[in-house]
Amino acid sequence: MKLVTAVIKPFKLDDVKTALEAFGVHGMTVSEASGYGRQRGHTEVYRGAEYTVDLVPKVRLEVLVDDGDAADVIDVVVKAAQTGRIGDGKVWSVPVETVVRVRTGERGPEAL
Amino acid sequence: MNLSGMSPGDTAWILAATALVLVMTPGLAFFYGGMVRAKSVLNMMMMSFITIGIVSFLWVAYGWAEAFGNGSSSIVGIIGWSHLGSEVNQLGSNGAVLTIPTLVFSAFQLMFAIITPALISGAIADRAKFMTWGIFVALWVTLVYFPVAHWVFDFGGTTSKGAGWLAALGVEDFAGGSAVHINAGAAGLALALVLGKRVGWKRDPMRPHNIPLVMIGAGLLWFGWFGFNAGSALAANGQSALAFMNTQVATAAGVLGWCLIEKLRDGKATSLGGASGAVAGLVAITPACAFIAPWAAILLGVLVGMVCAYTVGLKYKLGFDDSLDVVGVHMIGGIVGCLFIGFFGTAFTTSNIDGKTSFTWGVKGLFYGGGGTLLGHQAIGAFSVLAYSFTVTYILGWVLEKTIGFRVAEEVEIDGIDLGEHGETGYDWSTMGGTFGGRSTVSVGSGSAHMDEEVPA
Repeated sequence: MKLVTAVIKPFKLDDVKTALEAFGVHGMTVSEASGYGRQRGHTEVYRGAEYTVDLVPKVRLEVLVDDGDAADVIDVVVKAAQTGRIGDGKVWSVPVETVVRVRTGERGPEAL
Repeated sequence: MNLSGMSPGDTAWILAATALVLVMTPGLAFFYGGMVRAKSVLNMMMMSFITIGIVSFLWVAYGWAEAFGNGSSSIVGIIGWSHLGSEVNQLGSNGAVLTIPTLVFSAFQLMFAIITPALISGAIADRAKFMTWGIFVALWVTLVYFPVAHWVFDFGGTTSKGAGWLAALGVEDFAGGSAVHINAGAAGLALALVLGKRVGWKRDPMRPHNIPLVMIGAGLLWFGWFGFNAGSALAANGQSALAFMNTQVATAAGVLGWCLIEKLRDGKATSLGGASGAVAGLVAITPACAFIAPWAAILLGVLVGMVCAYTVGLKYKLGFDDSLDVVGVHMIGGIVGCLFIGFFGTAFTTSNIDGKTSFTWGVKGLFYGGGGTLLGHQAIGAFSVLAYSFTVTYILGWVLEKTIGFRVAEEVEIDGIDLGEHGETGYDWSTMGGTFGGRSTVSVGSGSAHMDEEVPA
């Protein structure tokens, strides 16, 4: 099993969710995140004083998938989240040792 | 004197205007509260609320007598108790017998005495000991506001005996550009210098934590200011109508002036800029509202909006932490408004209540062929209040800092003054409705909230 994590632009969350559901992924964890990459931050002006805000609001989306699906899921996310502009985010996957469904105690791929 | 000459219409309007002026102080609490960081919003708002408590009490004790007591001094009213209860059946008098009860006039003036020290609090956001602030407010109104209100607002009794020296000189300040705004602004500058800069000033971002709160506050100030300015006619007549209209158009123009500068200078007009422009317009029209024509009020509003959009930046160049720009908006705006009368002031006439007689007020300024006399008077009024307020406030603040301490410990300032000085936090940040990672320890009457110890529920 693999954990696919995507950090994307907040306004792309709906598109990514829809695309993942169409692909057959029916569960995910979404959290608000902040950070920056090549986009860097932005500046805000209050009464003429500039404030540099380094961290930009992002959404972090996590999906547990079977080994065979990981590459496809990554492709789906990238396609749905892409605007072509700087700050689109990143997607990566890592191996997962164990998954347990809390309600039933099922383990491994059955728990996905 | 009894109530036989009372006008129910005038009295009803001034009662309503008094309530309007009161609401400016909670409005100011919102305006200031939204501009500070989340960790000091409650302290910022409480500095205004505690001022309502302290000054109301002192006014009834001796403040009314000190400001408006019918003595013979041009510097101060009467030193002694206010005896307000004995005036229930009297009409007020301020240069002439008014058509409203003395108690209504007194209540109206009380609201001015409340908001003036509350305005100062913005200069020392995030860092003043709450107890010392309370003591400061009591001493400041006693030593500065009550006498200055006498200088500017007391035209003496029917014989002009005991009129304030600025009022007697002919300084035109309809609703308190000098007595309220220059006074508070100069005091704010003095306290900002005495208390010093906040930890991390200029290095850490100290951006406003809640701009919608600032907008609510600006809206309430604008609303209440109609009572402040139009109520200062102390009657419902043509003069109050002029003050009302000028208040509206100057404020609207202030919004436009500030936003225009931002658009040209920074690229975008901001919400904080719009709210600040409104307040700058309100400040500048305060002294001038019954002395200039509405077209001139628009000019004044645009001018002050543009000027203050720049003067709020002075603190960064000169290096003093006037946190919420009491100097840049109130002191500068007050000076602009007071001096503007010297150029654009003119005379007006309106009928009395009988419809047969009329009264005239106002003096012609420089652009109306009146020469430079009025402008000279305006400058004397503005700068004498500025100098007196700055000097006395600096000494008062310095003495308080050296004796009981005015500034909180660095640790309190960094952790948040709300927690340190009030044992509260403004917002519940926990996402689990406040039940996650915390425990309720309801203990009625235990004295204070305990931060460190937890009693199992």
